[in-house]
Amino acid sequence: MKTHLLHLALIGLLFALGFILPDYHQGNFSRIMVLAIYAMGYNVMFGYTGMLSLGHAMFFAAGMYGFGLSVQLGDLGVIPAMLLALLGTAAFAALVGALSLRTIGVGFMIVTLMFAQAVYLTILYAGKYTRGDEGFVLQPEARTIAGMALNQPDIRYFTALMLFGLVLLGTGLLVRSNFGSVLVAVRENEERTRMLGYDVIAHKMGAVVVSGVISGLSGATYAALFGYVGASFATVQYSIFPLLWVLLGGMGTTLGPFVGALLMFYLIDYSSGLTNAYMLIVGVALVLLVLFARAGIIGEIRKRWVPWLP
Amino acid sequence: MTQTNRRTLLKSAAAGGLLAANPLLGRFASAQSAAPIKLGFQQHVTGIGAAYGRWYGRTTDAAVKMINDAGGINGRPVEIVAEDDGTDPKRGAEVLEKFANQHGCDAAFGALFSHVVIGSAPAAGELKLPNFVVSEGHHVASGMLNRYTLQPGITDVKSQVQAMAPFVANTLGKKVTMVFPDFAFGHDHRDYFTAAIEAQGGEVLEHIAIPPTETSFTKYFPKIPRDTEVLYHVMVGPAVLTFVKELGEFFGPSAPALFGFLDSLEAVDLASPGLEFLEGSYFWEGNPRYAQEDQSEFDKTFRAAVGVDANGASISDPADVSTYSHMFGCWETLHIIKAGMEAAGYQGPADRAKLIEAVEAMTYIPESQANPQGAKVFNGKTHQVFGHQYISQVQDGKLVKVHTTSIDDTFYPDEADYISQSF
Repeated sequence: MKTHLLHLALIGLLFALGFILPDYHQGNFSRIMVLAIYAMGYNVMFGYTGMLSLGHAMFFAAGMYGFGLSVQLGDLGVIPAMLLALLGTAAFAALVGALSLRTIGVGFMIVTLMFAQAVYLTILYAGKYTRGDEGFVLQPEARTIAGMALNQPDIRYFTALMLFGLVLLGTGLLVRSNFGSVLVAVRENEERTRMLGYDVIAHKMGAVVVSGVISGLSGATYAALFGYVGASFATVQYSIFPLLWVLLGGMGTTLGPFVGALLMFYLIDYSSGLTNAYMLIVGVALVLLVLFARAGIIGEIRKRWVPWLP
Repeated sequence: MTQTNRRTLLKSAAAGGLLAANPLLGRFASAQSAAPIKLGFQQHVTGIGAAYGRWYGRTTDAAVKMINDAGGINGRPVEIVAEDDGTDPKRGAEVLEKFANQHGCDAAFGALFSHVVIGSAPAAGELKLPNFVVSEGHHVASGMLNRYTLQPGITDVKSQVQAMAPFVANTLGKKVTMVFPDFAFGHDHRDYFTAAIEAQGGEVLEHIAIPPTETSFTKYFPKIPRDTEVLYHVMVGPAVLTFVKELGEFFGPSAPALFGFLDSLEAVDLASPGLEFLEGSYFWEGNPRYAQEDQSEFDKTFRAAVGVDANGASISDPADVSTYSHMFGCWETLHIIKAGMEAAGYQGPADRAKLIEAVEAMTYIPESQANPQGAKVFNGKTHQVFGHQYISQVQDGKLVKVHTTSIDDTFYPDEADYISQSF
């Protein structure tokens, strides 16, 4: 119960912030919530199941291109395009899972990295449709739902919040369900879980698909709210980002992905105003984190002070 | 679609466009505020565009100093708010939000890489922030962006490529093989040059697309047909030195004529080991890197102001080679913004639409200190400027200008009409 109240409190806080944040920070929070969805998706696989993927950008890109191409080439509305993108991402994640789950540990990391690279190159080779590395713009008129323009700052903010809230509550339920408990068991001791009679591969496959679909939702939402679809979102950099967000916020915590995405965004935003060597500042912050708060921010809070944190 | 030509443009220039292009004739509004005009500089400081970003920064500093020394814009000093976009489209859009909503910038400029320009365009439109890109991509003129994105300081790749075809066909040969990177930049060259050379009675014998991850090129060279007269190459990135070296090893002394785009070698010293094979070959240049015999006073002043020597390198470090074919775009763009703001009587962000209308009204832009690369023609409908292109030959390790195209050679039918879009 406390868990759900905490999640609802965060959603309520973000709802209130939607009315009082200055324009610039409202825009930033819209982006952060969309990126936090991506991080929450990543957390299902990495934080709760213990599977370290280095290629999650392929799922983000699958959602983004699934949505973008459905709108651009298929002339679909936002909601049908979104559903098609999620279905496509689910099928793709199942395929990736079926092939990559033959490996574990470092092998799994390498395989996911390679799949992501294959997706990136496929986007470049299909340049006739995707405009390759340049990407393409989704015009504002194609980004409306029932007359509501998704490029309007308020509508964008509350759309991002709605989806963020659904995913936050959804993952909150998921990790406390039997399925989620088995995922944690797999993370803690895969062999013991198997000995207890659970189908580890099936649960891992479930984690890959759920994680992929949530990441794809983030990619599709980014395209819908911000109007750009591009191959840079499929590069390795965008596979590393969710890993950093989750590590920073706290792996295996429901709030960690949001906290990590929020802090990383503002760390880059403020430090880039101070120096061009801002990535050095970000790097130092991450080193300090590894040295002094290995469980991430929410993870450390849970470890030291609030053990019931989800 | 309408065909743009010099005659119609000159007519409209006479009708008022010159007013916008010439600050002396522009309407100097009495400055109600001495607050600076804030221009957001979307700079590629890190990432793949860093070499360009460094030189775009130096050019911007020099242009702003010149503008401010001459009294600023409408009597107000220009202040640059520079932010690194990491040559990343996501960050590019965020940086535009920062300019508009946090810094209160009047306009933005400076994005070069196409994916950053395209990724930032929706933000410019939503923020209603005029974004003057310096990219040479065809994305502006293609109509895929919006009324708030303009490119008045540098020509686009379609016009550049098209203008090369008459020289290639008439001077080097009509049977061409193209080698290009297999992504959007290479595809633009493939599509535009193939059509242009065919219009000159030539043909492309073979298109050889090189995957972007390739690090060795020897295996592709046997695909070059034996009767190739001209090899057109536009490889870019770190692999270009390997590409040229292996090309030299493959052909030896019996190579076809080589024609390339200097994009391949921007910020790269022509004296780099392995580039000897380029001796005698031809390159497109946006602005001649080496000071030419007929160098204009405008180029002389521009070069000195930015800190570039006669070889196109930094005065303080001869190994720090400039991006001379592109960076003039920042200088010219800033002067266009100045001319536009003065023509519009620009007072503040409420006048952003007026600024865009003033720039859209520009047509013929004469060569001047504000436009040292050469005269240009701005097409308000497509938000794209057109101008002279240069072809240089490598002679004794230096690029020597051998041909200047006309502006007419660079025109193509309009593909967009941004003026019909509301603000």
